[in-house]
Amino acid sequence: MGQVDLGRQAALLLLADGRLPAGGYAHSGGLEPAVIAGRVRNMADLEAFLTGRAQTAGLVAAAFAAAACARASRDDLAALPELEAEFDARIPSPELRKVSRDLGRQLQRAMGSIHPHRYFSALGRAPHQPLVMGVAASVLGLGPQDAALAILHDNNAGAAAAAKLMRVDPFEVHAILARATGPLDDLARRAAETADADPADLPAPSAPLADIAAEHHRRADARLFAS
Amino acid sequence: MRDSLLPDPSPRGLARAIGAMFAHASVSSELAANGHSSQIGNLRSDGPLVLRKSNPKGPEPLTHRDPGVARVMLAAGTAGPLGGDGYRFDVHVGAGSTMVLTEASALLLLPGISGARSRFAINITVEAGATLVWWAEPIIAAQHCNHHHEVRISLAPSARMILREEMILGRHGETPGDFTSRLRITRDGAPLYDQQLEFGPKAAGFDGAAVLGAARATGSVIAVDPAWQDAPPQAQPYHPQAVLTPLAGPGVAIAAVAPDSLELRNLLTQGLQYLGPPWAI
Amino acid sequence: MHDHPSHNETRALRLGVAGPVGTGKSSVIAAICRQLRDEFALGVITNDIYTDEDARFLKSAGVLPAERIRAVETGSCPHTAIRDDVTMNLIAVEDMERDFAPLDIVLVESGGDNLTATFSPALVDAQIFVLDVAGGGDVARKGGPGISGADLLVINKIDLGEHVDVDVDRMVADATSARKGGPVLALSRKRPETVEQLCAWVREMHKTYAAGGHIPVDPGPMAPHHHGEGDGHTHSHGHSHGHSHSHGYTHSHD
Ligand SMILES: Nc1nc2c(ncn2[C@@H]2O[C@H](COP(=O)(O)OP(=O)(O)OP(=O)(O)O)[C@@H](O)[C@H]2O)c(=O)[nH]1
Ligand SMILES: [Mg+2]
Repeated sequence: MGQVDLGRQAALLLLADGRLPAGGYAHSGGLEPAVIAGRVRNMADLEAFLTGRAQTAGLVAAAFAAAACARASRDDLAALPELEAEFDARIPSPELRKVSRDLGRQLQRAMGSIHPHRYFSALGRAPHQPLVMGVAASVLGLGPQDAALAILHDNNAGAAAAAKLMRVDPFEVHAILARATGPLDDLARRAAETADADPADLPAPSAPLADIAAEHHRRADARLFAS
Repeated sequence: MRDSLLPDPSPRGLARAIGAMFAHASVSSELAANGHSSQIGNLRSDGPLVLRKSNPKGPEPLTHRDPGVARVMLAAGTAGPLGGDGYRFDVHVGAGSTMVLTEASALLLLPGISGARSRFAINITVEAGATLVWWAEPIIAAQHCNHHHEVRISLAPSARMILREEMILGRHGETPGDFTSRLRITRDGAPLYDQQLEFGPKAAGFDGAAVLGAARATGSVIAVDPAWQDAPPQAQPYHPQAVLTPLAGPGVAIAAVAPDSLELRNLLTQGLQYLGPPWAI
Repeated sequence: MHDHPSHNETRALRLGVAGPVGTGKSSVIAAICRQLRDEFALGVITNDIYTDEDARFLKSAGVLPAERIRAVETGSCPHTAIRDDVTMNLIAVEDMERDFAPLDIVLVESGGDNLTATFSPALVDAQIFVLDVAGGGDVARKGGPGISGADLLVINKIDLGEHVDVDVDRMVADATSARKGGPVLALSRKRPETVEQLCAWVREMHKTYAAGGHIPVDPGPMAPHHHGEGDGHTHSHGHSHGHSHSHGYTHSHD
C-alpha cells in the first residue's frame, strides 16, 4: 500500500486510461440519467454530481477493487465470491448491478487478451467491474491503492460524457477533475486501508438518486449512453 | 465493528460525554402455546427507550391489524438522542412468531453540548418461519446534530420481513447536522442489503444529483420474502423520484427522495402498491 | 477460457456491414437473412446510437427468430465500437456463436457513421460498405477506407437514381476505379436479380472463409482521401485484396 511504486506508474496509467479497449465509452457514469432528469444543468451541478458519485459509488467500487487486489496478490481467489455477494448487496438497482457486470466482463475480456493470466478466466462469467480491476491491478504488479485509484478514475466517466450531454466548456470540465484529484487520492487511500478487512465491513455508501435515475434510464426511448 | 457503537471508555470519551445517556432496551416475541398467535416474550425498557405493548394503529403491510400478532411500540423519550448519547435496542423475533414494531413519534436527533456524536444501534434477529413488520417513524436530523444510526438485521432463510425507514434533513427550514447510517440485512448469514447514508456539512456531494440533490427527505421500504427466491418482483421506476428494485436475493427495496416528509411517505406508500397483497396498504 | 475466441470449427464467418446513416445497412442484412436463412445458420448483431432501434426493426421484419438478433449500445460512438474498442461487439459475437453453435455467419451492423468508419479486422473477417445513390453521385469518388478497402462496396437504392439525378453507371464506374477494381454491387430491393447477386457474393465469401482461404483485410483506418481518377483501372482483382472471391459484380446492374 502507500505510495505508488515508482516502477509501476506506467502500469497504473495503462489500467486507468480511458482508451483501454474495454467498452467504457458507452457509459456516462450516471450523468446522462441525471441530465435527462433535469438535476444537472450547469457546472456547479456537474461538480456536485461528480463529488457525490465519487464519495458513494466511487468509494464502494474502490474498496472492492482494493480488496480484490489484495486477495489476488496473495493468490486467494476463493475469497472473490464473497466479495461478489457483498458488492451485490450494496447495489439495490438491478440495472446498476448489470452495468457493473457488463463492464466487468468487458474488462475481463480485454485484459484477458492484453495481458493473459489464469486469474481472468477464474473470475467467472460476468464478474463485477471493481473485482476485475482489482485482479487486473494485481496481475500487472500493482497494489490495492492503485486498483482503487484506477476504478475511481474510471468512475468519473461522467466528466468525459459531459461534453456530449451538456453545453459545456471542456476546460471547465477538466478544472473540476483537477480539483477532484486530491479527494480521489484520499478515497483511494481509504479504500486501501480496508483492503484486508472482513468483506462485511467494507464501505457501503448509497446513492438513492443514482439508483432511481438508472432504472428510469433503462426504459428511456432514446439515450446516447447505456448508463 | 459493533464495538465502535458502545460508549468510548477513554477519559477523553468520558469528558466529551458528560451528562450523556446510555440506554439498552430489548424485546422478543414467540409463538404462543396455541401454535398460531404470537406473544411478547421479554420486554425491557431502559431510560429514554420506552417499550410497551400496543394495539393496531394505522394501516400496516403484511399483518393488516391482525390481532394475533405481537405488537410493540417504541417511544424514544421526548427529544433525543442528544450528542454523546448511546442507545442500543435488541429485537428478537422467535421462530414462527410475528412481531409488529411501531414507534410513538419521530426520532429527533439533537446536538449535545460538547458536539460529541450520538449513536443508536439496533440489532434484530428474525428466526425460522418468523415475520417482522417494523413500521418506523421518521428520523429527523436537526441542525448541528452529529449522529450515527446502525441497524443490523439477521434473517433466517424462511423469515419474512418488511421495514420502513425515513430520514428528514433538518427540521422545517433548517439545514441538517451530520448524519450517518447503515442498514445491513443478512439472510442465512449472507449479505442481502447493505447501505450507508451520509449527509450534512461533513458529507461531500450529498446534495449533488448522484445522491440526494435538493431533497429534504429520503427513505426506503425493504421487504424480504423467501417466496421471491425464484420470481422476484420486477423493477418499477414508478415516479421520477422513486423506484422499486428487486435485490440480488429474495427482497425488494423501494427508495424515494422527496422535498418533505409527507411527500416521502406518499411515495413509499405508493411503491408498496406495486407489491400487491399482502404488502400493499 | 469461456470468454476467449472460440475454436475455428465453431467460429462463424463474421461479416460486417458499415456505411453512412440511412444508406440501407439494415435492409442489406434483412435481405441476406431472408434469402439465406435456409442455407446458413445466421445471427445478427446491431450497433445502435440511440437504444436498440435497428435490432427492433430487424426483429419486427421477422427475418430471423428474435433471439438471433442482438443489439449492442455503443454510447454515441459507433465508430469506436467497430474500430478502436471492439470489446463489446466481440463479446456479443462470441456469445451469439456460443449460444447458437454452430453458426455459419454472424452479421454485424455498425451504427451509421461517416465514410471513414470501417470494421477492425479484430472484429470481422470481411466487410460490406453500403452507400446509396441518394447520398449523391459524387460520394463514391470521394473514397475513404470504407469505399476503397471494404471487401464489397454496395451502391444501394439504384431504383432512386433517376429521381435524384444520379447516373448510376457513372457512380459505379467511379467507385470501381476508387477501389482499383474491387467488387462493386449496384443494389435495389426492387430488383431481385441484384439481391441475388448480393447473396451470391455472401455465399462465395463464406465458401472461401470456410475453406480457410480468406484473409481478413483491413480497409485501413482513417486513410487520407483517396481520389479515384477514372483511370479505367477496373477488375484488377486481387490488387489490394489478399483473398480470391469471385467477381462479376461490377457493372452488373441493368
Ligand atoms: N428506394 C429504396 N429504398 C431503400 C432501399 N433499401 C433501403 N431503403 C430505405 O432506406 C431507408 C434506410 O434503410 P435502412 O436499411 O434502415 O438503412 P440503415 O443504413 O440501416 O440506417 P441506419 O441504421 O439508421 O444508419 C429505409 O427507409 C429503407 O426502406 C432500396 O433498395 N430502395
Ligand atoms: Mg440500420
